[in-house]
Amino acid sequence: MNYEVVIGLEVHVELKTNTKIFCSCPNEFGMAPNTNVCPRCLGLPGTLPVLNEKALEYAVLAGLALNCDIAEFSKFDRKNYFYPDLTKAYQISQFDLPVCEHGYLDIETDGKSKRVGVTRIHLEEDAGKLVHEGDTISLSNASLVDYNRAGVPLIEIVSEPDMRSADEARAYLEKLKAYIEYTGVSDVKMEQGSLRCDANVSIRPFGQEEFGTRAEVKNLNSFKAVQKAIEYEVERQIELIEDGGRVVQETRTWDDNQGMTFSLRGKEEANDYRYFPDPDLTPLIISKDYVEALRNTLPELPDVKKERIINDFGLQEYDAGVITSSRGLALFFDKTVELYNEPKKVCNWLMVEFCRLLNTESTEIEDSLVSPENLAQLLRLVEEGAISGKIAKTVFEDMFHTGKDPESIVKEKGLVQISDEGALDSIIDQVIAQNPKSVEDFKSGKKQAIGFLVGQIMKETKGQANPGLVNKMLTEKMS
Amino acid sequence: MNYFEYKMHEIIDLLEKKEVSAKEVTASIYQRIEDKDPDVQAYLTLNKDKALQKAMEIDEKRAKNEAVGKLAGIPMALKDNMSTMDLLTTCSSEMLYNYLPPYDATVVKKLNDADAVLLGKLNMDEFAMGSSTETSAFKKTRNPFNLDYVPGGSSGGSAAAVAADEAFFTLGSDTGGSIRQPAAYCGVVGMKPTYGAISRYGLIAFASSLDQIGPFTKDVTDCALVMNAITGHDGNDSTSANVEYPDYTKALVNDVKGLRIGIPKEYFGEGVSQGVRDNINDAIKKLEELGAEVGECSMPNTDYAMPAYYIIATAECSSNLSRYDGVRYGLRSEENSLMEMFCKTRNKGFGSEVKSRIMLGTYALSAGYYDAYYLKALKVRNLVKKDFDQAFKQFDLLLTPTAPGTSFKFGEISDPISMYLLDVCTIPVNLAGLPGMSIPYGTSEGMPVGLQLIGKPFDESTLLRVAYTLEKNTDKTILKAGFKGGAE
Repeated sequence: MNYEVVIGLEVHVELKTNTKIFCSCPNEFGMAPNTNVCPRCLGLPGTLPVLNEKALEYAVLAGLALNCDIAEFSKFDRKNYFYPDLTKAYQISQFDLPVCEHGYLDIETDGKSKRVGVTRIHLEEDAGKLVHEGDTISLSNASLVDYNRAGVPLIEIVSEPDMRSADEARAYLEKLKAYIEYTGVSDVKMEQGSLRCDANVSIRPFGQEEFGTRAEVKNLNSFKAVQKAIEYEVERQIELIEDGGRVVQETRTWDDNQGMTFSLRGKEEANDYRYFPDPDLTPLIISKDYVEALRNTLPELPDVKKERIINDFGLQEYDAGVITSSRGLALFFDKTVELYNEPKKVCNWLMVEFCRLLNTESTEIEDSLVSPENLAQLLRLVEEGAISGKIAKTVFEDMFHTGKDPESIVKEKGLVQISDEGALDSIIDQVIAQNPKSVEDFKSGKKQAIGFLVGQIMKETKGQANPGLVNKMLTEKMS
Repeated sequence: MNYFEYKMHEIIDLLEKKEVSAKEVTASIYQRIEDKDPDVQAYLTLNKDKALQKAMEIDEKRAKNEAVGKLAGIPMALKDNMSTMDLLTTCSSEMLYNYLPPYDATVVKKLNDADAVLLGKLNMDEFAMGSSTETSAFKKTRNPFNLDYVPGGSSGGSAAAVAADEAFFTLGSDTGGSIRQPAAYCGVVGMKPTYGAISRYGLIAFASSLDQIGPFTKDVTDCALVMNAITGHDGNDSTSANVEYPDYTKALVNDVKGLRIGIPKEYFGEGVSQGVRDNINDAIKKLEELGAEVGECSMPNTDYAMPAYYIIATAECSSNLSRYDGVRYGLRSEENSLMEMFCKTRNKGFGSEVKSRIMLGTYALSAGYYDAYYLKALKVRNLVKKDFDQAFKQFDLLLTPTAPGTSFKFGEISDPISMYLLDVCTIPVNLAGLPGMSIPYGTSEGMPVGLQLIGKPFDESTLLRVAYTLEKNTDKTILKAGFKGGAE
């Protein structure tokens, strides 16, 4: 039988506010355990939450970027459950009246466009973190709790079950990351946990209207993991059904090393969270003016930017897609083009050389030492003939590692292109004298023989000879 | 000199005239505590060294004519559910037997800024759940009028300490009557201000939407003075009201002419004892004589207030008390598994009243029951509020008994429903978030009767004015504890 895959994603995004959501502890990553806490985020008896308004602002911005309606009336609820990382034994979250609802994102897979619904975005606080002694949970005989993360503001973005393949899920997640990144409300880094994703996966026979029973897959720590886990889960469910079994509603965890999902807990063990409105917080009244003021601060978002780049600069659809897939890359592109108005050349450099180095060195463009000013300068040096395209690549690598500007690198290393006829004259004569066969071939009409001679000259000049000039002089001398 | 017998405002005068030092006053109160607390058992923890230290600092400031706070040198004490930095704060529960808060509640800061002297912490019903202070895990506080009788609750220690002259004023908290009912039982003045008038930051929560801090004092003037020190907006509490707070001493006016006082008939039902009824009727007559316009009114939803209260309060407490899980502070039962640790810690740490309320509240919030219980209770709460809104269109304030009867003997009321009914006159006021005040008004069989005044939101001043007028025109509002009984 043929099955249709149905996927919905629940994405948690840490908001990049200066302080935590309900107290004034700094919202920072990587501090010594339990040093970034206060009575409030520790949930000590008698403490009360006070909303960090920046967190609400960021949630609204994210909602606007994802085409959501912003609620005029919203509230916080308590989600009650016991766990050592939860300081109050309830998480302040939002239940029935989230800040944002009814949004969407358009994704593309295999050249086909599709709209994925965003059901809701709600604000909540993060919990602390358990650190288990030993290598694995099963080998551990003690757990320690680090509450530094308790109270970090989160938004949970819940999609409609609109995705029909692992590819679509990945495309949605990548698009979501780009959109959130553009708004500047989060770093959205999966490896640091500022972007976390759970996938609800089910299958149903093609044509069937009602959904199949879904499994929720957790512990997806990379885009690749999201894709692989969904693929695995689909296979598992199909096999299960084909073997006459049935899918049970449960939470499963993805094991990246084994490439499999494992059952964590079934529905019967599911918590009754006993949600109710948090009496310590007053309801949120969000005015239209407030929302419109925020809408006006939204930057140009990926799809709009992509259209603009295609229309204004004549870039290819694919290239424009890559350039706008991350905010850093897009900003870098814009700035460089401002300084050096050759969009296609800039695009090529970014996509080929820059992205290659960023990948091999695992660096984010924001952390890179190369500035748009320096890249523009480099491209200008090539255009002016001061260096060759090939030399430019070496210079760029140097720029990438040292952060120096290209002119100094070229000067320091003596890489300036030889465009002086006088300097090339004797070298060309020498090469002509040493290679009579090739010269003969050229003269007898084998024009391609000139390539070999140019190569010899470049070798002699360590690549610094201006290739155009060399060509011209050779042709003159041999005719 | 027996300074402990004075009212607070009298001591303030003496201190300002430098006729007595803060140290002398504080020492005198500690002496009184030493003499009387073995009988009364109001205090859980004393803060003697720091208190005397603070008193001496104030004396020094005074000697140098430096500015001091409005309550400078006044010894006072707090219910043990208000967080005091580095001073035990137990909520009278085994769960927090060793808990030392690392911060001060906002009221504690305010009193500290006013230069009041903290004597110690006072007994209460465990986590403020109870009406007799009998659910305290640590001790039984006795009623200074008769040591065989309960002081009321949950702020029983706070009421008894003032009645026994073991503090010039104390603070308590009132979720369903926990200031007003013990104030009535112990013959002192108790005020539960409007919800939001006093910061809850640092008050260990029972039911967040109902809890409110307020003072116990020996007379109405003292109540106004303490109110001045502790009310005000606080950015640390999102439910704190950002409004103008008046100078409450301006309300101390001996005049009720033209004031319209409503008497809601539902508060005078069968359960109200004859002794209480007679005294309250006497007060009504007195106020009419003094020129107030008194009229009857009806608040038809009053009967539903109590069941709604017990759903809302228990629902909130089931969540508020979940944090006591043995992980971070307080009691921990060392067990082999996490779940066992959670369960045994909570089983050992909480007393039976607390446990039953947690269970009730958990049930009310459970999937499938939420709409039938919690949501319905919220609707009733709204109806109760509307009753008050309606009444306040006609009247400036309402007058009722604080409790249907007077204090009772230890163990005399054991079934929970009868105990819950003791708060029938006070609970609707919390549901509506209104200010309510209890003042003593006569006695019945030797035990004090409490008269409750209920006001419009943030109109504590009118309550103070009526209470002050009664105080000036009768001899029934200042009662003296006789320390009877206590033979065993």
